[in-house]
Amino acid sequence: MLIKKGAEASIYLEEWCGKKVIFKRRHPKKYRMPDLDKEIQIQRTKHEPQMIHKAKESGVPTPTIYMVDLEEASIIMEFVEGTQVKQILVDLSSEERINLCYQIGKIIGRLHKNGIIHGDLTTSNMILTPYGNIVLVDFGLSEQSMEVEARGVDLHLMKRALTSTHYEYADECFNAIIKGYGEIIGSEAAKAVLNKMREIEKRGRYISER
Amino acid sequence: MREGYCLGIESSADDFGVGIVSFNGEVLANVNDVYIPEKGGIHPREASRHHAMIAGKVISEAFKKAGIKPKEIDVVAFSQGPGLGPCLRVGATVARALSSYLNKPLVGINHCLAHIEIGKMVSKAIDPVILYVSGGNTVVAAFEAKRYRVFGETLDIAVGNCLDVFAREAGLKPLSNKPLGAIVEELASRGKVLVRLPYTVKGMDMSFSGLLTAAVNIMREGKYSLEDLCFSLQEVAFSMLTEVTERALAHTEKPEVLLTGGVAANKRLQMMLKIMSEEHGARFCVVPKEYATDNGAMIAWTGVLCYKFGMTMPIERSFVKMRWRLDEVEVPWVRTQNM
Repeated sequence: MLIKKGAEASIYLEEWCGKKVIFKRRHPKKYRMPDLDKEIQIQRTKHEPQMIHKAKESGVPTPTIYMVDLEEASIIMEFVEGTQVKQILVDLSSEERINLCYQIGKIIGRLHKNGIIHGDLTTSNMILTPYGNIVLVDFGLSEQSMEVEARGVDLHLMKRALTSTHYEYADECFNAIIKGYGEIIGSEAAKAVLNKMREIEKRGRYISER
Repeated sequence: MREGYCLGIESSADDFGVGIVSFNGEVLANVNDVYIPEKGGIHPREASRHHAMIAGKVISEAFKKAGIKPKEIDVVAFSQGPGLGPCLRVGATVARALSSYLNKPLVGINHCLAHIEIGKMVSKAIDPVILYVSGGNTVVAAFEAKRYRVFGETLDIAVGNCLDVFAREAGLKPLSNKPLGAIVEELASRGKVLVRLPYTVKGMDMSFSGLLTAAVNIMREGKYSLEDLCFSLQEVAFSMLTEVTERALAHTEKPEVLLTGGVAANKRLQMMLKIMSEEHGARFCVVPKEYATDNGAMIAWTGVLCYKFGMTMPIERSFVKMRWRLDEVEVPWVRTQNM
C-alpha cells in the first residue's frame, strides 16, 4: 500500500516475512539523463542504510534495515509506529513543544558529535513513537563529516524547515533545539556551529544585515 | 474612468529597462538597453555609467512606444534591490527625479518579487511553486502566509553565474543578441558525452561553486570537447534545480510550477521542469523571453500591485537595499487557491 509519494521516493507499507515493513523505492527521474540518474540512485540507495546504521551507533534511534536492492533502488526496513513531528507540533502546548524540540536538539547533537550530517532535517523526517522515542528517518541525503561547515548547513536546514512550515513558533522551537544540541556537543562546539550557520545564512543570497 | 499607468525602472545589474504598464496589466512599453562589458563580468561602476548615460534615451523611447505623455503617469516604480549598489542607485535616482517632477507617488520594488509577479501575470498562474533562476539569483519559493517563502536557494553562486563564468573561462564572448547562457545552451545541444561532475543538493539548498570549479578544471585538462562539457554542466546543474523544485512541489502540493528569470529562456531546463511538473499533475508555466531577463515592465506591473495596496514611500525612505530578500516582503494582493 502506497503511504507516501515523495519527491525522491515512494514509501509503501507492506507485509514482508510476517513483519510490517516500509518498502522505499527511489523513483527513476525522467527529467535526468539515464546515466546520471542511475548513478545518483545507486549512490543514494547504497549510502542510506550505512548512515542509518552509523546513527544507531551514535545512540540515535533509526529504523532497522532488512534488505537492499541496488538495481531496483529499493530498501526494505522496519515500519516505525508513531506520528510525524510535523503533524503533532501544532497540537502541543508551548511547554510540550519546547521539550520535544529540546529532545530533537539532543538527537542532532549526537549525530554531529559522531560525524553524521543528516542532510534533510525536517519535522516530517522525525517520528514520535507511542513510547516517547523520536526515531529519525530518511537518511537519503546524509553524509559523513566532522566539519563545522557541514554541521552549520544541517542546522540551517532544520531552521529553514521550521520557518517555512511552523513559522508561528519557529523561534522558540529552534532555541530549544539549540539548547539540547549544545548539551550534547558542548557549548564551545555549539557556539562555533551556530556562528557558522549565521555565516552560511549571510553567504546565502542577500541578507540585509550582512 | 481614465486608466491608470505605472512607469517602472529596472537597473539592478547589466540591464537598464523602462516599462509602462496600465493598471489592468496591459504592457504599453518595455524598452531595454543592456551593458556589455569589453571583457570579464559586470563591473558595477562601468555598468552604472552605462545606465546613467542611456537613461534619458530609454525613458523617451518608452513614452514614445506607449503613446502617452509623462504627466499621464500615476505612479513611478523602481527596482530597489537586491542587486549591484551603483546600478540600483542610478535607477533609484531617475525614479526619484521623475516622481518629484511629476508629483506622483514613488514605490520601491523587490527585484525578485517583480520576476515572480510578471511571470504570474503573463502565464496566468495563480499559486505556483516558483523557480527563479538568473545570473544573480537561484531561488525556489512559494506563497505561504503573507509572503513568498524561500524553500531552497543556492548556498554560494547563482546558477546563471556558474554557466557564465564557465563560458568566460572557455573563452566565449557574449553578443548583443546572444547572452553567454544562450551560447552555452547551443554548444550543449551538440554535446553527447556525460562527464562526471559534482551533484550537490543539501536538503532544499544547492551549491554550484564546486560544480563550476570541477568543470573548469576538466576543461583545462582538454580531454573533453567544449560541447560535451557544456552539455554535462547543464545536465547536472538543471537536474539539481529540478530536484529541489520537485521537493518544494511535493512538500507544498501547489497546482502549478512557474519558471522565471534569465535562465528561464533555456529550453533544456524548461523541458526538465515540464516533465517533472506533469509527473505531479501540476501545470508548468514559463515566462516568455522578453519578460524572463531583467526588464522594466516587471517593475511597473509590481508597482501597480503595490500602489493599489498603498505601499508607496516618501523619497527620503527610498534607499536602495542591495541584499533585500524576497521573504522580507509582505504581499497583500496574493490569494492562494485554498483561501
